Amino acid sequence: MIELRNFSYRYPNQTRPALAGIQLKIPKGQFCGVVGANGAGKSTLCYALSGFVPHFYRGDVSGILRIGGREIAQTTLGILAGEIGLVFQDPFNQISGARFSVREEVAFGLENLGLARRKIETRVSEVLGLMRLAAIADRSPFELSGGQQQRVAIASILAMQPKVLVLDEPTSQLDPHGTAEVFEALDEITRDRETTVVIVEHKLEWLAEFADRVVVLDAGRVVMDGPARKVLADDGLKKLGIGRTQYSEAAASAQKKRLFRRSGILPITLKQARAFFK
Amino acid sequence: MKLRFENVAFTYPSGVRALDGIDLSIGAGELVAIVGENGAGKTTLVKMLNGLLHPTSGIVWVGAWNTADHSTAELAARVGFLFQNPDEQLFERSAEREVAFGPRNLGFSERKTRERTRKALKRVGLLAKAQVNPYDMMPFERKLLALASTLAMDPPVLVLDEPSVGQDAAGRARIGRILRNLHRMGKTILLISHDLDFCAEHAKRAVVMAKGCILADGPAHTVFGQADLLRQAAVFPPQIVRLAQALKMPASPLTVGQFVSAYSKERRKGKRAN
Repeated sequence: MIELRNFSYRYPNQTRPALAGIQLKIPKGQFCGVVGANGAGKSTLCYALSGFVPHFYRGDVSGILRIGGREIAQTTLGILAGEIGLVFQDPFNQISGARFSVREEVAFGLENLGLARRKIETRVSEVLGLMRLAAIADRSPFELSGGQQQRVAIASILAMQPKVLVLDEPTSQLDPHGTAEVFEALDEITRDRETTVVIVEHKLEWLAEFADRVVVLDAGRVVMDGPARKVLADDGLKKLGIGRTQYSEAAASAQKKRLFRRSGILPITLKQARAFFK
Repeated sequence: MKLRFENVAFTYPSGVRALDGIDLSIGAGELVAIVGENGAGKTTLVKMLNGLLHPTSGIVWVGAWNTADHSTAELAARVGFLFQNPDEQLFERSAEREVAFGPRNLGFSERKTRERTRKALKRVGLLAKAQVNPYDMMPFERKLLALASTLAMDPPVLVLDEPSVGQDAAGRARIGRILRNLHRMGKTILLISHDLDFCAEHAKRAVVMAKGCILADGPAHTVFGQADLLRQAAVFPPQIVRLAQALKMPASPLTVGQFVSAYSKERRKGKRAN
């Protein structure tokens, strides 16, 4: 389980905290989406959950952040790396630069974990298949398109089979089918309720489809938190600069025009919207 | 300014064939969305417009210029780019200097350069950050800054590669407003994006690419309604189009507004029929 108790963090030389008084409990196996306007603190939350704050980014930390009983501030990045995986927003930051093929790149983290050769090979080929990278396994990570690099970044982390998977806009450069595949893969991973996924994503349509829960950040604070079905339909998201799916917007607009008398929760997915408008 | 690709093919030195006989004409003042899977050749195609790449065979026309006869510097005055990754185009130590670089290079006076720079920064909402180093900015701000640099050069043709990526709803709306404004000014605009909801809101015409070829080219409301065709390009129709199709509506709305008015019209018709 992930637990943040009154957790605050301020980057060096900044006056305002990037995260302020965060209270969150994310149970094991949950698929948790994080949304917020640009600058709300989403990436910083990812850094905190993976230990980059405070181990890499200095600054002022207060409060408690525990994952699976371990206090992050007291645990080295080396130990955390085996348990928590972070997929960076920019895949370029993720690529080691020390390996010359996609296959070697995906194996890199596993080698650092000290796994046996045989085991590494099995896991690498599994993940290359899952992320549809087998065809480009021998290409250099630097000769790939942004979307392909993003797949490699996700594959490298998946291969390590972390207990907690933190992803910061992992699909920003993927085509829509690629995005669907990533969400389906994450859904698969959380199905056994052993792996926890925390994902920052602007594509609300996909969170609506797959997330159990959505946390909304604004200016470093948690301002909404609940089941995806409820949070993503909330009228308040607009004011927070986040917006809603076109399904919710269409339903809200139809209600406003009094095309419907019925009130209640707005649809967030295609299926729900179809039922709403039928 | 018109653009034309005449039987354009391109093979990378590694042997990867990225474009295969592309024929495409874009009229002056058109706003065209180019969509399709990763690796379809979209970026390769547009990079030919400013001579960053030259076709292995075929001709690329920018206005009356054959790009083979002009340098990238010359073409830059005609075709402005917003790259997918803004870090590829940012290099100065402040936002203001970054944006001023283009107009200054085009030979504008200091006063005129300054004027254009301020205006462009204002349009993208970064005027307050004029003195900030681009590398101290957040990724979404760097994207907006790169857009400001393009706007400051005021080229007749703009190529925007994934402008809405990483932007929240407010940023998306801002970029949408800038697009509409540029369109009204008569600019020729190519919008490359995986965000079909965004494309549907802004483009009148859509080109679908897959595996180095053009799969479809036509009015957005026709192209974006063809789920089977889009699937071949790893793309889904816009949300609102999927909803209209799921409800078997005869109209093909592209925006939430169009959907709601089409829906309300139908309900009225339905009531009368009863």
